Amino acid sequence: MTTQVAPISAPVARPMAIAQVSGRRGMPRRRQLVLQLVCLAIAATVLFPIIWIVAMSLDPRNVSRPDSLIPPGASLTAYGKVIVKPTLNDISFLRLALNSVAIAVVVSLASVSIGSMAAYAFSRLQFRGREFLMIAILAVLMLPAVATIAPLFVQLNKIQLGAFNLRASLLGVALAVTSSQLPFAIWNIKGYLDTIPRELEEAASIDGASRFQIFRRVILPLATPVLAVTAFFGFIAGWTEFYFSSVFLTGNVDLTTLAMALNGMVGQYAASTPWSQFAAFSVLVALPVSVVYLFLQRYIISGLTVGGVKG
Amino acid sequence: MTAVAVAPGATTARPSRWRRSQGSRTAYLFLLPALLVMAIITFYPLVFQVWMSFTDYGLTNLRFNAPAPNYVGLQNYQRILDNNIVIPNFDFLRILVFNLFWAFSNVVIHVVLGVMIALVLNTKGLAFKRFYRAIYILPVVIPPIIVATVWRNLFDPQYGAINQLINGTVGVLFKLPPVTLDWLNQPNPILAFGPLILPLAYFALLAANVWLGWPLNSVVATGALQSIPQDLYEAAEMDGAGWWQQFRAVTLPFLRPAMLPYAIYGFVITFNLFYLSYFMSGGGPFGQTELLVTTAYRLVAEQHLYAVAAAFAIFEFFILLAITLVTNKLAKATAQFDA
Repeated sequence: MTTQVAPISAPVARPMAIAQVSGRRGMPRRRQLVLQLVCLAIAATVLFPIIWIVAMSLDPRNVSRPDSLIPPGASLTAYGKVIVKPTLNDISFLRLALNSVAIAVVVSLASVSIGSMAAYAFSRLQFRGREFLMIAILAVLMLPAVATIAPLFVQLNKIQLGAFNLRASLLGVALAVTSSQLPFAIWNIKGYLDTIPRELEEAASIDGASRFQIFRRVILPLATPVLAVTAFFGFIAGWTEFYFSSVFLTGNVDLTTLAMALNGMVGQYAASTPWSQFAAFSVLVALPVSVVYLFLQRYIISGLTVGGVKG
Repeated sequence: MTAVAVAPGATTARPSRWRRSQGSRTAYLFLLPALLVMAIITFYPLVFQVWMSFTDYGLTNLRFNAPAPNYVGLQNYQRILDNNIVIPNFDFLRILVFNLFWAFSNVVIHVVLGVMIALVLNTKGLAFKRFYRAIYILPVVIPPIIVATVWRNLFDPQYGAINQLINGTVGVLFKLPPVTLDWLNQPNPILAFGPLILPLAYFALLAANVWLGWPLNSVVATGALQSIPQDLYEAAEMDGAGWWQQFRAVTLPFLRPAMLPYAIYGFVITFNLFYLSYFMSGGGPFGQTELLVTTAYRLVAEQHLYAVAAAFAIFEFFILLAITLVTNKLAKATAQFDA
């Protein structure tokens, strides 16, 4: 397995463009037409659910169920309603989003800062127990996050300071999510560090730099793409976290997260939410991370073939 | 993978000052934060989980100063294998078989579709390539939980887009009465073969996951395709090789090493895919689309059977370990075949 991050798409793009121009003349018109139709059909299936949900979110009629694929007219009323009061409970969208962001930020920062240091040790340093630790981390990486829900619930539940119970707090959920994100972060960052040439460090070492200076001044700046991607994955894991928050945070409406609210919209009480509001809520949750994903796409895709993302 | 751990004596023999300074002490300092955090929130809970699985840990043991749970030996494991659990329609073998089939069928379709579409997009002289590539990546960037809830909505029997689409096209064309197909809850299985039961909901989940899964496979395949030197095709053409022969002799050997690790990765991801099963079909009808991960979740979230959940997670661990070992063996076997 090799990690190639930034350079993968840049150098390939140029010769391709040349090939396109010279080749287009060579392709028979009929073949071009058939391929265009195939590509358009694929594009239509890809776009269909996205267009449907956006169209539904703009439905001005506030009917509980839409009866046409494209609603007549368009308005932002559903967005307005869902921002003020997304669920049956007395909690605003902003509050939900802040709860999810709190989890996301802790997971993101913890996994990148702690993970990058460990990744450096695994990538560059030799020490006793290196192989054993790497296998241990890989084994944890393989296990789905849901599989640790019982012991984490019981353990976090034991930490009680007065009225504060760690299990029933956003921090408790963030710790549980970090427990599954950290092995991924270590593995993902290590894969990238392995591809950074060692000569740079040796040069810095000759200049008298210590290991920590090398890590901070040489390695971290070079690893920016993978750090950004790992931080972003940590953020998504927190932003859309469902299983830990839905099990840990029961009974406290103020701590409801985005995914918990979404579950309410499609689960048992789905009938109480008009579909236009469900659609608007989905767009509001997806849009911020989708846009960032598109920006980071180039780095993410090459990184994906190396590590693994936990669900 | 880079350096394999070297015996401690070997490092002292290294010539440069740089190499000699690579002591274990620095390494442990770098590892300290991660090891501390993981020891507390990952490894300790996992060890605790093993202990829990041999007890009757339940809701009553959660209370502060509650008495310690009783040791029950292998009873929790036995209960799972005997399907002696209060979850309705719980059948361990059926869930496992379905879960394996779910992952396998998905990955095969994702890889085949991904490669085919990558081949189309890689055709020399195809116009608007960049436009199509930009659109085809969209399913990947949407959070899976949103994909799941949106697709549930699409498959709604009365107002879902899929039934409306069928009525608006095929229905109008052949003057059929409006269909109100209950995709996610239709009780009669389409296919039943021993413990493998495939209800209509499976195909609905499959459709959603194919939509979600092929684009990344296509991206990986595109990367591999673009690494193939063009003169190989020119040489094959001069030798009179047809399209299929060129694909088998030139394209496939380049695709395999890139696609195989990704297919294995995709298998594990799909095997553990919580969101689609949980949010689209809710595991239904009659628990037939339940996966191991959703069952593990229900054991804690709905049944509060912490000890049984712990035993269940340990089964899950060994199943995943077996999958990893088998797929790694397969990957190595085919790699040797290539060489």
